[in-house]
Amino acid sequence: MTTQTLSYREALRAGIEQALVDDERVFLMGEDVGRYGGCYGVSKGLFERYGDKRIIDTPICEAGFVGVGVGAALGGMRPIIEVMTVNFSLLAMDQIVNSAATLRHMSGGQLNVPLVIRMACGAGLQLAAQHSHSWENFYAHIPGLKVLSPATHNDARHMLIQALADPDPVLIFEHVMLLNTNGEVSEQSDAAMEKAIVRKQGSDVSLLTYGGSLAKAMAAAEQLQAVNISAEVVDLRCLRPLDTKTLLASVKKTHRAIIIDEAWLTGSLAGEISAIIMEQAFWQLDAPVKRIATVEVPIPYPSHLEQAALPQVEQIVAAAKDIMVAH
Amino acid sequence: MLEDITMPSLGADMTDGTLNEWLVKEGDKVDVGDIIAVLETQKGAIDMEVYSAGTITEILVAPVAKVSVGTVLARLALTDTSSQAPLKKERTETLTTELKTSDVTKEGISQEVNTQDTHSQHDNSQEAGVNILTAQVESVQAEAMQTSRVLASPIVRRLAKEQQLDLAGIKGSGPQGAILLADLNAFLANDEHENISKTASSEQNMRQAIAAAMAKSKQEIPHFYISLAIDISAAQQWLQRHNKNKSPDERVLLLALLLKALAKSLLKYPQLNGFYQDASLPSSVFQGDVSQGEGFKQASAIHIGNVISLRQGGLLVPAIHDVDKLSVQEIMESLRDITQRSRTGHLRTSELTDASITVTNMGERGADSVFGVIYPPQVAILGFGKNKKELILANDKVTEVDKITACLSADHRVIDGMIAAKFLNYLSKQLQQPERL
Repeated sequence: MTTQTLSYREALRAGIEQALVDDERVFLMGEDVGRYGGCYGVSKGLFERYGDKRIIDTPICEAGFVGVGVGAALGGMRPIIEVMTVNFSLLAMDQIVNSAATLRHMSGGQLNVPLVIRMACGAGLQLAAQHSHSWENFYAHIPGLKVLSPATHNDARHMLIQALADPDPVLIFEHVMLLNTNGEVSEQSDAAMEKAIVRKQGSDVSLLTYGGSLAKAMAAAEQLQAVNISAEVVDLRCLRPLDTKTLLASVKKTHRAIIIDEAWLTGSLAGEISAIIMEQAFWQLDAPVKRIATVEVPIPYPSHLEQAALPQVEQIVAAAKDIMVAH
Repeated sequence: MLEDITMPSLGADMTDGTLNEWLVKEGDKVDVGDIIAVLETQKGAIDMEVYSAGTITEILVAPVAKVSVGTVLARLALTDTSSQAPLKKERTETLTTELKTSDVTKEGISQEVNTQDTHSQHDNSQEAGVNILTAQVESVQAEAMQTSRVLASPIVRRLAKEQQLDLAGIKGSGPQGAILLADLNAFLANDEHENISKTASSEQNMRQAIAAAMAKSKQEIPHFYISLAIDISAAQQWLQRHNKNKSPDERVLLLALLLKALAKSLLKYPQLNGFYQDASLPSSVFQGDVSQGEGFKQASAIHIGNVISLRQGGLLVPAIHDVDKLSVQEIMESLRDITQRSRTGHLRTSELTDASITVTNMGERGADSVFGVIYPPQVAILGFGKNKKELILANDKVTEVDKITACLSADHRVIDGMIAAKFLNYLSKQLQQPERL
């Protein structure tokens, strides 16, 4: 199988382009996705190639264009809606939670909403408190939605196609810190979109994470190798539904778990995963589960404070050393 | 009245044994037959019973210790005369009272301190007193807490439960000394290592014990042997009927019938059931069954020792007690029980010490007949060979019968040939009417 090196941004674009070519019902809609090429440059060039019927610029009105997306999906189209960032998705939350997520249920299965919503997420670009949120867990809380978090370039390339094939609304979170990074992209997806993947095998401790924190966990695992701690890294990939089978299998193997989550600790997905481990793998544990999450403050603007608030490699390394003696 | 609990002798040649573990502590009440300790002997790990009811008042030897036979290990206050049973309770109460007194004193002193803050020097010394008292109270409390619970991680607790491990002896490296998986693994690795060497040495011990007992027997006991082929067709037919529609673990085997027939025969020929005491033997060997002096002493009950060969080599001879009083079914259950416990450990001291006669059964894989060596101080051993089919001419008719050869080895100091022959014939007669056994 041939692989090529692409930036995360290019990988996303290649996925969108494949979708546009494969299925004429697919269109991309959002703020500045067309003539400007996307706020983060993801859709650069697509407007020129596919025209204004398929690459549609919208006014600054999230509730409106996400609602249009829901209607188009109900009408037989396969819309890709880009909400510039998760921060602005609050304005469209009613459409996502009350319309997209509920219609299959409320119509007794007569209607379904094959809608894909992409949004940028995460902190680290010095965009300050209002533009640095990690709200994946808001959506992972909602029955009726599927929530994907492509953490690798290959997932960035292929998860969109998998999401479009799903008959129900799927949200894709694209971490802003990954956009400029380069990585290997192959012709095929690593796995079905709802599967978690063990990115690195290990025997001492499971590092369970997703999205922007995966690279940090991988770096930590490498450092831990040097002190003879064998860390296993599990990439959750799909935050709803969670692939509990894979993450529990890892915990049953290592007997120790650290969850790394860029969201705030309280009410985080890390808390949910910790509870699942307690409920289903308590008798496998050799130490209390640990969570590494973002400090509970609005994300600061100054770089050093922003970095201090976010989970870092050193914290993961320290936590892993700690957990080996069960602190 | 106090009674000494001593290291028992489990054979004429046993000189010492190792106390591995106490299963009781001072102040515990025990009943006749309760297992109070685990011993390591040449016969493997043995559960030590107590022969009287009472309260353990004193434990004199701490495990693990190798002591000679007869060493007093603990003292037992016998129940009927004992006024010492509530001793422990009184002690605890005293302790509690002391603690309460301390609290009161502490309070009293504190008040005094508050009212006398101008006399600083005096106060300081009193405060020191308070601190000491507080420290004492705290240390007692801390001790109480320490003994309450073994801290261990969930997986350690699960594994301990699955493998029936006692976590109390494992040193933990986790927070507050909690036992972690690594501690358990280290402990098990160690234990396995010890077990391997222990097994090897216990097999060697057992070999030595068998060698000593058999050599002594052959050197000292004038054996004679007498055998009789016994028709067991009736017994076999009875077994077939009895075992019909029974699951394998409920079936009665021929050996149970043979044991019952032997027990009945011993009632008629008690001279084969007992001990020949030679003046040099310690009387403790006989568990009180023999008076002092040389000669034969008839046993007061029929306890039949059964030779059980172990898979790793060697053998054990645990007794089934009062076989004459058991039904065939009960004998069968006892046989299964002692066979299993011989292989897994947990035989009781009495089972290894008080057999009054021994049976060795070669079974179906064995020889035609077996001429056993008497296990001193017993005076007889009965060996059964394997079942053979024979054609016999009886009443002008040829019939097929099942036969086994019973061979009696007897101590000629006690028994003469005629008695032995009569005994074998009587045994044979019993087996012709299995339904009456």
